[in-house]
Amino acid sequence: MQATLPGSGGLWAHPLYRTLVQFPVACFVGALLTDIAYMRTALYLWASFSVWMLAFGCVCAGITGVVGLVIFIRDRATRAARFAWPHALLSLAAALVAVVNTFVHSRDGYTSVMPTGITLSAIVVLLMVIATALGWHTPRVVLQGEPA
Amino acid sequence: MKPLTLSLALAAAFSLAACEHSDIAPPATQYGSTPALPAPQQYLVPPMKVLPAGSWKNGETPTVAAGLKISALVTGLMHPRSVYVLPNGDVLVVESNGPKAPVLHPKDLIMGKVKAFGGTAGKGGNRITLVRPASNGTPAVRTVFLEHLNSPFGVALVGNDLYVANTDAVMRYPYVEGATKITDPGTKLADLPAGPIDHHWTKSLLASADGSKLYVGVGSNSNITENGMGAELNRADILELDRQSGAMRIYASGLRNPNAMQWEPHSKKMWTVVNERDEIGPNLVPDYLTSVQEGGFYGWPYSYYGQHLDPRVQPQKPELVAKAIVPDYALSSHVAPLGLVFGTDTALTPAYHEGAFVGEHGSWDRSPVNGYKVIFVPFKDGKPAGAPLDVVTGFLRPDNHANGRPVGLAIDKSGALLVADDVGNTVWRVTPAADVPAPAPAVASR
Repeated sequence: MQATLPGSGGLWAHPLYRTLVQFPVACFVGALLTDIAYMRTALYLWASFSVWMLAFGCVCAGITGVVGLVIFIRDRATRAARFAWPHALLSLAAALVAVVNTFVHSRDGYTSVMPTGITLSAIVVLLMVIATALGWHTPRVVLQGEPA
Repeated sequence: MKPLTLSLALAAAFSLAACEHSDIAPPATQYGSTPALPAPQQYLVPPMKVLPAGSWKNGETPTVAAGLKISALVTGLMHPRSVYVLPNGDVLVVESNGPKAPVLHPKDLIMGKVKAFGGTAGKGGNRITLVRPASNGTPAVRTVFLEHLNSPFGVALVGNDLYVANTDAVMRYPYVEGATKITDPGTKLADLPAGPIDHHWTKSLLASADGSKLYVGVGSNSNITENGMGAELNRADILELDRQSGAMRIYASGLRNPNAMQWEPHSKKMWTVVNERDEIGPNLVPDYLTSVQEGGFYGWPYSYYGQHLDPRVQPQKPELVAKAIVPDYALSSHVAPLGLVFGTDTALTPAYHEGAFVGEHGSWDRSPVNGYKVIFVPFKDGKPAGAPLDVVTGFLRPDNHANGRPVGLAIDKSGALLVADDVGNTVWRVTPAADVPAPAPAVASR
């Protein structure tokens, strides 16, 4: 009995990247949720939550991005994975929008969130969802064995 | 390809934000009763230009208008913010800076360092120094008058009661004419809105003519409510304190950061200078000089110059905005007026006898910078009349360092104009050019 993998699992297959990438994902999803809370209440507390989550998420995204880039350059199998490039570029785009969003959220008062900030928060989450769906591509395992 | 287009769009957005900064209205269009008010702008990175702190070399001074001269009254101070002249001619210099600002938002990590670059982080003495100028052969006296204060700013003497406004309380001390030191620990008259945020920490003090009331200028606890309205209780107000009981009420409100209240000598009305809001453009919102109406509301945070709404404040209060008073005289944007004194008692040339001197600490959030000088606003019949005149300038070096920044003002017993300089750690004395020789700077004697 013998199993072959037609491609690696992409960046997601690397434990370090897989661990790090969860931080920006959680932060940016959290920022969208606290933005929605701010939209509904105009309570400054939620806007503070958002900007701290975005700032921390951006720092984590930077670290994750560097690790991801090194893996991407060094590991041919990672690049060869299905959707490897769309995953990398979409993740990069999400991080860049998040940086801009952190600046927008650093404004004072209502316009730190409404309407530009919350829109960018939603775009970041959308880009991450697509990138994650592609990056999580699990290789099909083909089994070659004796006929039953 | 989509991500690439997106990042290009983002790069464009960044450079667009950078370009917006170049649209600067000349300050001259923003003086007086009807300043030009452009539409508010929003930034990714607001315009900033902070001049690094320099220092005065030996013998170097600011420059003064024709017919005047300037010399140092006292040097080597610890961040002097305000000056107060006692009836016997002694000068009190309040050496102070704000309490440590908490980090509430990620940008505070950066902004604190940026502003410190401009000399706002100089350590305050938390004390008041007394200077008795030399006269008739008597050498100048300089003593530490009152120590261990908590970010003091305002001073007012009523009879034998000397009031000092710390950032968190108004304190009363017994004063005897001629005293050069107070050792009494003081008695608290009233608490004032203070920490843990204490965004605008200076508390100005003014006594009523009959001495029964004290007025305290209390600035807002944020730029524009980003710390929540709960943090703004009794702030952006001028408070009235009953001198006997310490009971407090709001005298006027909606004044974002009112400083250096004074009685206008002709009308006997209260006037003040106010620092308006930041980060909606290099030309918004002009700081101002205004008379203060009892019970009056001046807009902050909801609006500025009457009914110009600030988009950053939600929910709005239309019924309050409808009542917002338009201030009397705009001083142009971000000049940071912190000192005010009327010229009635001045010995300077007659041009300065009717009107107000204003100490402009100088801008940090616009380029080119604005302020960094002492101006004179001429008055007629108790109201501003005409364009301001530059009185003391030359605080900036050609290489864009600030040797000094003017703050509090006073007229001394001889009629000279005193200017506290908190970066130069000096109090300057402006006299008529034909005056008797200026006294030698006071030396420390303890």
